[in-house]
Amino acid sequence: MAHIQLKNISKTFGNHTALSGLDLDIADGEFFVLLGETGAGKTTTLRLVAGLEKPTQGRVFIDGVDVADWGAAERDVALVLQQYSLYPRYTVRENLEFPLKSKLRRLPDAEIKDRVARAAKTLRIEHLLDRKTDRLSGGEMQRVSIGRAIVRKPRVFLMDEPLSALDAKLREALRTELKNLQIQLGATFLFVTHDQIEAMSMGDKVGVLNHGRIVQSGTPHEIYSNPRDTYVASFVGSPPMNLIDGKLVGGRAVMAPTAFELPLAGGTKAGVAAEGRPLVFGIRPEDVHLESGAPVEARVHDVENHGVEKILTLRVGDATLRATVPARTDVAIEQAVRFAWNPDKVVLFDKGSGINLRHAG
Amino acid sequence: MATSMITTLDQSSRAAARGFSDISIRNLFIIPTILFLIVFNIFPLIYSLGYSFTDFRASTNAPANFVGLKNYRDLLNDPYVWSNFAITAKYVIISVAGQLFVGFGVAMLLNRDIPLKGLLTTLLLLPMMLSMAVVGLFWKLLYDPSFGIINYALGLGTFEWLADPKMALYAVALTDIWMWSPFVMLLSLAGLSAVPKHLYEAAAIDRAGPFYTFFRITLPLVAPILMIAVIFRTMEAFKTFDLAYILTSQPTTELISIRLYKMAFQEWQTGRSCALAYIVLIMVLAITNIYVKYLNKVKER
Repeated sequence: MAHIQLKNISKTFGNHTALSGLDLDIADGEFFVLLGETGAGKTTTLRLVAGLEKPTQGRVFIDGVDVADWGAAERDVALVLQQYSLYPRYTVRENLEFPLKSKLRRLPDAEIKDRVARAAKTLRIEHLLDRKTDRLSGGEMQRVSIGRAIVRKPRVFLMDEPLSALDAKLREALRTELKNLQIQLGATFLFVTHDQIEAMSMGDKVGVLNHGRIVQSGTPHEIYSNPRDTYVASFVGSPPMNLIDGKLVGGRAVMAPTAFELPLAGGTKAGVAAEGRPLVFGIRPEDVHLESGAPVEARVHDVENHGVEKILTLRVGDATLRATVPARTDVAIEQAVRFAWNPDKVVLFDKGSGINLRHAG
Repeated sequence: MATSMITTLDQSSRAAARGFSDISIRNLFIIPTILFLIVFNIFPLIYSLGYSFTDFRASTNAPANFVGLKNYRDLLNDPYVWSNFAITAKYVIISVAGQLFVGFGVAMLLNRDIPLKGLLTTLLLLPMMLSMAVVGLFWKLLYDPSFGIINYALGLGTFEWLADPKMALYAVALTDIWMWSPFVMLLSLAGLSAVPKHLYEAAAIDRAGPFYTFFRITLPLVAPILMIAVIFRTMEAFKTFDLAYILTSQPTTELISIRLYKMAFQEWQTGRSCALAYIVLIMVLAITNIYVKYLNKVKER
């Protein structure tokens, strides 16, 4: 169990800057998810914490101790990778025993047996213990590699997209299992993913990483409902937040080129200050609803049926926006509909910097 | 499309214009090779099997008499032949073990990011590209007790490498190790670079020491390809003739193939030497088979 801090970390590989001025604070026992696109620097961050890479600049603290000179073994972390990295030609049991048999911390045989049995039980792989690892399915392999992490009782669990290579059903199941495991162990988890659903459903806290910097860090709810800038707004959420250019005129949102307007929840501090400036209005698709008497008319451009709901693409002039509606809503493509938004849920971004006006203060 | 290109001849090609079909072209390529193989390999192989049951001597005009298994019986009861086999076995073990140790060791050293790695690897491969006879002649000079560079460099005075009956076999094996370690190194490098890097990282995280990592990850993963190197080198070492023949003529370095040569072309016991050649062939086949069985077992694990 440990508290992890990264302070002003930079890391360059030749000419390529992977991380620049990264700050991160992960509380003891927290499930922290690092979310970002491919190449954002997630894996590099993880490897820095693990001690597999050294930062070009900045410092890494585990429980308040600067661990710059510590190797991977001394940091007492466990790492689960996307590629499983099981030791080939060994049985599942031998794989699970591997970290316990190291000379650096050789445990008594009875203890090893006990821990392996417990880990196998937790992950429900008891029936696989004497099988060779190359005869396992992807989900089973990933469970074994998680098992190899938990037998050790490390201070921190580091997971690098452990679920990405699995099929959808299994991913969902393991997502729940991992979260339960973390609660049960009370351990600190640093989980790296590009999948925002994983981030939202598992994380106590989520850090959104873009171009080697943490753009926003907070609870999944904060990130979802109050994104710090347009990047976070469009990256988190599926479908992403609608972003429409416009201006604020007399407490109403006036969309610039397409000339439609909608009411805002009046009198917000930011709202008043932003009067007349070029803005970007952000609204989540589920906060856009269709009503016969609503103020704006649009045409249905596309319908995606997801079973529990339908995602409509609406077209107003040249602008399109997404709306999530109940599946029973009966709409056809090119049908004219009227829509409104939930004025309380609108997020205002500065057009130039893309920063959320509420965050800018 | 791709398969049709392979199996049929392009109608507009010059070959088609001259009346070739793809079957005739195939025959043109394959039949000479097969004929060559039959005339120079398969026919002598079978013919010598026949001779091995006779008392034929190629140096006389006397007709060959059928003697049954006498040649085989005599050879297998001949203590000199057995001592030749013992020398060969000793030579194979020293030479192959040495090549394995040196080749794999150098591969381990090269399997990292070092400057000029490609150039270094190529230079290290040079010995195995030389001709056996040339290597033999050169090392004879290097080993020379009075002006050889080895004694000079090691400060051994007039140490007799090749004239000392106890040392000579080791000296031949040493030359063979120098020449063929690069081969083992090349195969080992291929094996080592195929070990996924993330396994080493996982092992580092799991606090495995360097020895533990080597014996539990590196070696098991490289073992199959090392086995292939061992098979090749064992077969070759078993058949060694030129290197030993050129370097020295001690009775302690009389490998089985040298014995065979003397029997066939100095003593002209053609029938008997054919029988010995067959005994050697069967032995090499048997040893290779054992290795291949073991290789498959290693691969399965």
